Amino acid sequence: MKQLILGNAAVARGLYEAGCCVISSYPGTPSTEITEEAAKYDAIYCEWAPNEKVAMEVAFGACLAGKRAFCAMKHVGLNVAADPLFTMSYTGVNAGLVICVADDAGMHSSQNEQDSRNHAAAAKVPMLEPADSAEALAFTKLAFELSEEFDTPVLLKMCTRVSHSQSLVELGERVEQARREYVKDIAKYVMMPGNAIRRHPVVEQRTAALTKWAESAPVNRVEKGDGKLGIITASTSYQYVKEVFGEKASILKLGMANPLPVELIRGFAAGVERLVVVEELDPVIENHCRALGLEVSGKELLPVCGEFSQNLVAASLGGEVHTGRALDVAIPPRPPVMCAGCPHRGLFYTLSKNKCTVLGDIGCYTLGAVAPLSAMDMTLCMGASISALHGFNKALGAEGEGKTVAVIGDSTFMHSGMTGLADIAYNQSNSTVIILDNSITGMTGHQQNPTTGYNIKGEPAGKIDLEALCRAMGFNRVRVVDPYDLAACDKAVKEELAAAEPSVIISRRPCALLKYVKHAPPLRVDTDKCRGCKACMKIACPAISMREGKAHVDATQCVGCGVCEQLCAFGAFESAGKEG
Amino acid sequence: MQTKNVMIVGVGGQGSLLASKLLGRLLVSQGYDVKVSEVHGMSQRGGSVVTYVRYGDQVASPVIDKGEADFIVSFELLEAARWLPYLKPDGQIVTSTQQIDPMPVIMGAAAYPENLVEKMRATGAKVDAMDCLALAEQAGSSKAVNLVLMGRLSHYFDMPEEAWQQAMESVVPPKFLELNKRAFALGKNA
Repeated sequence: MKQLILGNAAVARGLYEAGCCVISSYPGTPSTEITEEAAKYDAIYCEWAPNEKVAMEVAFGACLAGKRAFCAMKHVGLNVAADPLFTMSYTGVNAGLVICVADDAGMHSSQNEQDSRNHAAAAKVPMLEPADSAEALAFTKLAFELSEEFDTPVLLKMCTRVSHSQSLVELGERVEQARREYVKDIAKYVMMPGNAIRRHPVVEQRTAALTKWAESAPVNRVEKGDGKLGIITASTSYQYVKEVFGEKASILKLGMANPLPVELIRGFAAGVERLVVVEELDPVIENHCRALGLEVSGKELLPVCGEFSQNLVAASLGGEVHTGRALDVAIPPRPPVMCAGCPHRGLFYTLSKNKCTVLGDIGCYTLGAVAPLSAMDMTLCMGASISALHGFNKALGAEGEGKTVAVIGDSTFMHSGMTGLADIAYNQSNSTVIILDNSITGMTGHQQNPTTGYNIKGEPAGKIDLEALCRAMGFNRVRVVDPYDLAACDKAVKEELAAAEPSVIISRRPCALLKYVKHAPPLRVDTDKCRGCKACMKIACPAISMREGKAHVDATQCVGCGVCEQLCAFGAFESAGKEG
Repeated sequence: MQTKNVMIVGVGGQGSLLASKLLGRLLVSQGYDVKVSEVHGMSQRGGSVVTYVRYGDQVASPVIDKGEADFIVSFELLEAARWLPYLKPDGQIVTSTQQIDPMPVIMGAAAYPENLVEKMRATGAKVDAMDCLALAEQAGSSKAVNLVLMGRLSHYFDMPEEAWQQAMESVVPPKFLELNKRAFALGKNA
């Protein structure tokens, strides 16, 4: 019987069925569940690596050793791993190597919406692009076959709507692959100039061979309509086109995003009156059509920015647009917020109170930028907080050093914060770095990392000691504070900013959503004592609101962290657990 | 048959993923083509969240657009109002009357609109509103709001009770099954 599974779970199933043996990934929405699901198969070795570059190199090593290997990442993760990717294109593989990259058009949980198809073209690596869970499974298996047949890593491009949509899939059996013998081949695998010069033409020949393959590949298919409107599309855009036009339009559905076919597209274009490309983000297919000299529409009809939907495609191409009704009242927005009891809150309150300039990083704590805390000045990419702090302080000297900090989570610090810290230690800016250690990778849904002491299966693993690591880098001032203790946070921040040498503050308390974290009973407000001064509102806790001029605690949300209690000058908060 | 559309909306962390999982299992067991689209990541941190469930002979798009939802199932009143434009002209809203203030309301920058049920009805929308949190607590846990809502939705679905029971058994851990079945029944008969 067919099963309803997530696109990401379908990729994991494809990995299992393809006989993949080694998976190394770094979590990133919307790619995370691929590796989590794959880890449920005992036949596959799975791990969380410290970052995407490491993950990709681990997978490369495994494929070199002769076993099918894989890594998954989000679109921005591929920037981190671009270095190995571009040269793996030259070396090729031994056993099959597949790299999944998941784009996030619409930026549901990302800092940009870059189109990874550009990476495939730039690295000259083939890329398959499934449009639902069934294709995700089938294309994963096909990717391994292509990898071995054409001696190349293969990219599998997912996107939020394919990764995080469930659709029906027929499951198959695992086919074990014989280990391919590792044979020393310096000319192929040692990419120094003399060898790389000879590999580049191999890459160009491979692309030509793959283009030929793409001309008749079953993943690129034509669905004939009435011949008036011809649409070239791919990925989730194909589903919107089908939703709007059904059998009416002729469709060329491309399952291979790189290299793109030439004759197939020419032939399709010749059979339709009007040719339109429907693709999210960049005009990759459209530009290819134009380079072929075809008359085509695309981005003048459909946006470059954001996600598509059926109504958007219908409105752009003359289909039926559905409309609904709206209320004649303003609906207040509901932006994401730091959870009640989030350990980051106390620290950000302290930074806000001390009017610090805060160079931030990627994670739940980016929400520290939201009003009223507004305790963040910059967020760029993984690890940038620390290196940017060093640059900021080198530019401003003492003027910046006395009030500027970097904040970075434990997982992000392991990902690419350590190298920035090495720069501070080496080139000696008087910088204060705050590691927000909530003992988990939070935003992506609680993945283990090198500081937690557990592996992807939750089994005991190596545990990197953050204090010892910072000291080993040469930091004399390394201190740990509990972010639920506002006085201690304030003292630490003031003292370390005043100190005449670089320092690290580790703000340590596990994420309040972790199952093993025991919560105190919820607090409640003694309305006789509450003066309605709103001091407790400064921390933007979703459990606290004002009701009829007095503070009110929502007992279903409050976890009794007590941070609000420390802000109240009138002792109005009390533990609901005290009486009974 | 034409594709039917169910949206499940609420506030991140309220448990909508279990509801969509249950609905997905149910619909697959009835032989439909089904697509379910979820949101993961940052919006789960107390933001507005939506899950799309679509079923029929053959489903193409994984998402539901404005004016397309046959049902909007909402864990929270303001969220029902937020997604109202997605309801079909003759669509049905099933909502909990629970109110959770979003941060702009908590901070006093915006007001939580009053009488939302009446205002939605005034647009011609069919609205079935009830205190699902109270019913969930009656069943034994405030976390069972999702099953109360599914029970209420089942009231509008022409599907055998047994299929719902089997779907629950397949997605709810055994130790919570009785509690969840109670919540489902309370919602259905409310």
